[in-house]
Amino acid sequence: MKKQLLWLALLGALTLPAQAADKIKIGFISTLSGPGGVLGAAIRDGFNLALEHTGGKVGGLPVELIVEDDQQKPDVAKQLADKMTKRDKVDFVTGVVFQNIMQAIEQPVFQAQTYLISTNTGPSDLAGERCNPLFFAAAWVSDSYSEATGKNMNDKGYKNVFVIAPNYPGGKDVVNGFKRFYKGGYAGEVYTKLGQLDYAVELSQLRAAKPDAVFFFLPGGMGVNFIKQYHQAGLNKEFPLFGTGWSFDQDTLAAVGEPTLGALNAAHWNLDIDNPQNKKFVADFEKKYNRLPNEFASQGYDALMLIDAAVRDVKGKVEDKEALRKALEAANFKSVRGPFKFNKNHFPIQNYYLRQVVKDDKGRFVNKTVATIFTDHPDAYVSACKM
Amino acid sequence: MSGLLFAEQCLNGLQFGLMLFLLAAGLTLVFGIMDLINLAHGSLYMLGAYLAATLTQATDSFLSGVALALCATALIGMLLELTVLRHLYRRDHLSQVLATFALILIANEATRAIWGVQPLSFNVPAALSGSVQLLPGLSYSAFRLAIIAVGLLVAALLYLLIGRTRIGMLVRAGASNRAMATAMGTNIQRLFTALFGVGAALCALAGAMLGPLLAVQVGMGENILILAFVVVVIGGIGSVRGAFVGALLVGVVDTFGRAFVPLTLRQFLPPALADAAGPSLAAISIYILMILVLLWKPQGLFPSRA
Repeated sequence: MKKQLLWLALLGALTLPAQAADKIKIGFISTLSGPGGVLGAAIRDGFNLALEHTGGKVGGLPVELIVEDDQQKPDVAKQLADKMTKRDKVDFVTGVVFQNIMQAIEQPVFQAQTYLISTNTGPSDLAGERCNPLFFAAAWVSDSYSEATGKNMNDKGYKNVFVIAPNYPGGKDVVNGFKRFYKGGYAGEVYTKLGQLDYAVELSQLRAAKPDAVFFFLPGGMGVNFIKQYHQAGLNKEFPLFGTGWSFDQDTLAAVGEPTLGALNAAHWNLDIDNPQNKKFVADFEKKYNRLPNEFASQGYDALMLIDAAVRDVKGKVEDKEALRKALEAANFKSVRGPFKFNKNHFPIQNYYLRQVVKDDKGRFVNKTVATIFTDHPDAYVSACKM
Repeated sequence: MSGLLFAEQCLNGLQFGLMLFLLAAGLTLVFGIMDLINLAHGSLYMLGAYLAATLTQATDSFLSGVALALCATALIGMLLELTVLRHLYRRDHLSQVLATFALILIANEATRAIWGVQPLSFNVPAALSGSVQLLPGLSYSAFRLAIIAVGLLVAALLYLLIGRTRIGMLVRAGASNRAMATAMGTNIQRLFTALFGVGAALCALAGAMLGPLLAVQVGMGENILILAFVVVVIGGIGSVRGAFVGALLVGVVDTFGRAFVPLTLRQFLPPALADAAGPSLAAISIYILMILVLLWKPQGLFPSRA
């Protein structure tokens, strides 16, 4: 009799309906070392600040955050994604910085039916033909910044632009975005070697070509080198310099300083965006980390707030994947960047601003928003998405 | 292509080449005389740049900062030689590669721990921040001219040191035949330590001169190390003259490759093909140069081995 009761109890326990999870597991795979580590660190810092603001919870449930470093190596990232989805059984994977890392972890994360929230890279194929219901780009699509800069330079009436970018698919993508909105002529279009340090040759060519403006995309250390050498060659006095927001993020401005002054760039977020959540984000970030946040940090912050809103909307029942997807799509949170909603391909429809590097009253180099380039701007690939 | 642009690109090539010479000179002597493949050479360059940046800010003077950085890096180099590298001379090249590669990783992490992940702020000194009018219509950056001047000065000093002094004679003897030089009574150990110190100082000078132009950040040594090895292979192992000629060749070929190859290709090929092939060819031009030189002279241009 006792044995039968025991078996009954066991069977009963097994057939109980799935309870709502008692905590939310978030897998954070980011680049935290190497030259790209600066970006991952900023995203993580923004994410952690948001977690502090929500009291360590999302949707009212406690969070178990698993942070791992992909070292900017796709094979390491894939192993981490496997571990997080198979062993740790995370509910969300987020934190990724680079496109090649995203491409490596897509497959294990999608196979595990886990939601992948990008805090940075927004590959155009995931916006278009390969769009996936499990993927949400909380930041932007890869060529949005250059589209915005291109539009601004076109509207300003430039006719003879010198373009410089590195010779790799990402660089070509960014220039294609630029060309989508800039309709003028070119004084030169130069592709440099990835990782090139010295731009003396290209700067000499630039000076000889006499453009009316310069557009460059050189991520990371390459951009720092280029900006310093551009300034040092006296070219910042001759030709206005335009770039993407990535080359003039707050951490870079703090490190490079004077040579960045006056440069124009486009981004989806800035320190001075006027809404209560952004003001709180900037103030608390500076208090906690002793530096001003950049757009990467804001992307990390928004990603956590998105997850928080979605989990709240499904009342903690994250096992209900359908309901969770609808909640994520609804994006019922107040983004620090201002107006934010997802397009049908899970990429943002948002504003893009023109920023200029100035010195603030504390003598720090910061971006000042000088114009709105795009309002409620979708990406260019949504029509190719069959979702 | 105007004559003035051509002249400007020549200066660019010269400047790039002379900086590579500073790195390659130390590397080739260490490789040639001590038979040590030292991958950590790039880390000494990085250390030199970091120290120069920090000390320039601390002393508020570019000259003092650079001079102190040179001494400090030379001392660190000699310390490294005495403690770690001394044990590697007798070992095979693969062990040396593994050990010095570990040194690169340690140096990178230590630098990150001390100075953080952000690139260090290091700007051109105000006195050299303008341009100099060389010819009507040709202005060149004063700082880059200073780099050329420093490079040529060091080349001249090394020539005198190696060719006209007793120590230089010992260095050449050691490069030519180490066993015989030892048998002839040279205190090889002390020579090696001093040599390593000089090599480290040259790296630091290159780092300090290039620091204001390039990003002073962790890992900056690796890219330039590869170029330095290409120069050493082209110039001939153990020969400073070879390093000089090799460095100038690499500097000029790389510069001209980037300046003229895409343009030239556009004349002959359809635009899409030229735009795709041009930058890639420009990027590999120095490796093509290395292959051609090795086909012609497998030991490099000025091999020092007897």
